[in-house]
Amino acid sequence: MIGAFRLHKAYGRTAVLEDVSLDLAAGQCLALLGPNGAGKTTLLRIFATLLRPTSGELAVAGVDALRQPEAARAAIGVVAHGSYVYEDLSAIENLRFWTVMGGGDASRGRLRDALQQVELDAVAGERVRTFSAGMKRRLGLARVLLGRARLLLLDEPFTGLDQQGKKWLSEFLLAFKAGGGALVVATHSFGSGLGVADRVAILAGGRLLLDRPCGDLSWDELRRLYDSLTEGNGAVG
Amino acid sequence: MKATRVLGWLAAAGVLAGLIAAFGYAPREAVQGNVQRIMYLHVPAVLTAYLAFAFVLVGSIAYLVTRRAGWDRLAAAAAEIGVLFTGVTIASGSIWGRPTWGVWWTWDARLTSTAVLFLVYVGYLLLRAMVEEPEARARYAAVVGIVGAANVPIVHFSVYWWRALHQPATILAPGKSPLAPSLGLPLAVNALGFALLFFYFLARRMEIARIEEEA
Amino acid sequence: MTAYARRAWIVLWKDLLTERRSKENLNALLFFSLLLLFLFQFALGPDREGLRAALPGLLWLGFILAGLLGLGRSFMTERDNDCWEGLRLTPGDKSAIYLGKFLGNFVMMSAVEVAVLALFGLFYDVELWPVLGPLAVVLPLGTVGLAAVGTLFAAMTAQVRARELLFPVLLLPAQVPLLLAAVSVTQAVLLGRPLAEVAHWLKLLAAADLVYVVIGVLTFEFVLDA
Repeated sequence: MIGAFRLHKAYGRTAVLEDVSLDLAAGQCLALLGPNGAGKTTLLRIFATLLRPTSGELAVAGVDALRQPEAARAAIGVVAHGSYVYEDLSAIENLRFWTVMGGGDASRGRLRDALQQVELDAVAGERVRTFSAGMKRRLGLARVLLGRARLLLLDEPFTGLDQQGKKWLSEFLLAFKAGGGALVVATHSFGSGLGVADRVAILAGGRLLLDRPCGDLSWDELRRLYDSLTEGNGAVG
Repeated sequence: MKATRVLGWLAAAGVLAGLIAAFGYAPREAVQGNVQRIMYLHVPAVLTAYLAFAFVLVGSIAYLVTRRAGWDRLAAAAAEIGVLFTGVTIASGSIWGRPTWGVWWTWDARLTSTAVLFLVYVGYLLLRAMVEEPEARARYAAVVGIVGAANVPIVHFSVYWWRALHQPATILAPGKSPLAPSLGLPLAVNALGFALLFFYFLARRMEIARIEEEA
Repeated sequence: MTAYARRAWIVLWKDLLTERRSKENLNALLFFSLLLLFLFQFALGPDREGLRAALPGLLWLGFILAGLLGLGRSFMTERDNDCWEGLRLTPGDKSAIYLGKFLGNFVMMSAVEVAVLALFGLFYDVELWPVLGPLAVVLPLGTVGLAAVGTLFAAMTAQVRARELLFPVLLLPAQVPLLLAAVSVTQAVLLGRPLAEVAHWLKLLAAADLVYVVIGVLTFEFVLDA
């Protein structure tokens, strides 16, 4: 689903990502761990075709994402802190807009279905302005459900959710994986993100320092590795 | 760069030749006197300005197609030089007008067209100055460059028709009357000299831009 | 409807819906136009004839000034709601977004212009009924050009820090030919001349409009995307 080869991203002389290569297959979930400023968001944005790398190659969903970003976008779903909702529109109106923009079928039934799956059907007609952060995130996921995303990129998705919200999200992501989708979850904490992951990668100082299947390491080992690798390698300048 | 230095010498020679032609070879005009010689500055300046803006268009389109920074540098450099020559055109037109017509400014077709052109490309440069991120700057500038270039013929027609309503064409348009060879030759020499000067400035400005970018 | 047309339509739908809910833009623009009316009157003095003669110019000046305010905010909701990226992520030809926005702006500007026209007729005592037909030709022609370039530049300046300065600086030079043409036609129309007399201006307007919309459609993706 993702084939990244030697990605570099530099702003002028400052390198934000250096020589990052990784692969992700369908039905897999990668947890991208790293301290703040390590370049996780940048890498995720490059995967999402929102940002162009300075050099390197990237294939997403079988398409050369650098030369044909448009073709890759149909298969990509992004859940980031910017939740892409219009505050003055209602939940269902937002879904209608984004679904049509994504080229999908926006019939009322389908939209209501998606809202039901994310447990927002009760507030379908309410303006999003009144929603909490968690609700907005669920709306973003409903949007993804209505699209044809086969790759989900999530940037700190569990932040700000309560215990129940986290449980709900984990189940959602596992279901997505079971359906053949691929996931990248970027996070800086050892939380729920790791629970759904098959592989874990550590990004620090713009470099990929580890990329291993989750089964290989115990939590403690991972924790120790993480601390030692990120010790001198904090935020990028 | 060696080639740029050669170009510089050629340009200097061209401009010198132009000066000699304008003051030595060209005759003194019967009605306006020596001030008419400013035509040898005014007309080549506006021609060079148009040459510059053509380069802005080429650079803009090429950048959007190839995304190579070199094309953006070309467009930016050409725009700066174009604005310079446009300024010279307007100033020389104004200086020509003062003793001839008694006013610093007339809203005649060419002067007005050129002034609008000046505004368009100063806007282009302001845009470049206000956008910090180089990639966004290049993209936006390219789009504005294309709109500006597309506007040039439209501005031309509209201004000329507009003037036709208010005033017949003025003498400040030598293209209207057939040029005697004694006037034509110095004009051509100056035009060539200015073109060489333009290319020299362009080459130097692009070099400087490339060095600045890599620093 | 093709997917492209559906996307353009949904953008238009969203903008009109948002405007209808908040009403902030239209109301403010209408009020602004009313203010302009008074400003022009005060600036030009009580000379009735002078005002009448300047009317075509004042009318279009008013439209352009209102356009500067209204068009500059075209992508405000996208910026405020962080939806810029969301739009970038959508697949397919981005120019559908441009067309949707452009049409929305055209509708908004037209609404303002009709109101301004009515107010001008009222306050400056101008007989508009007999020339309503020709006016209905020249107003849209001028507005298309204004909205086409305005939408494109608004998208560009939405992300720039000094957008309130940069937007007028970019838009106004581009509006010069439209202004000349539209004012010339409007002047002729208000004097009761037939449209055929100013056909060359109308053709210029139409040609310019076509050029601006085509450029907008072709270059919008470069403004939106990285």
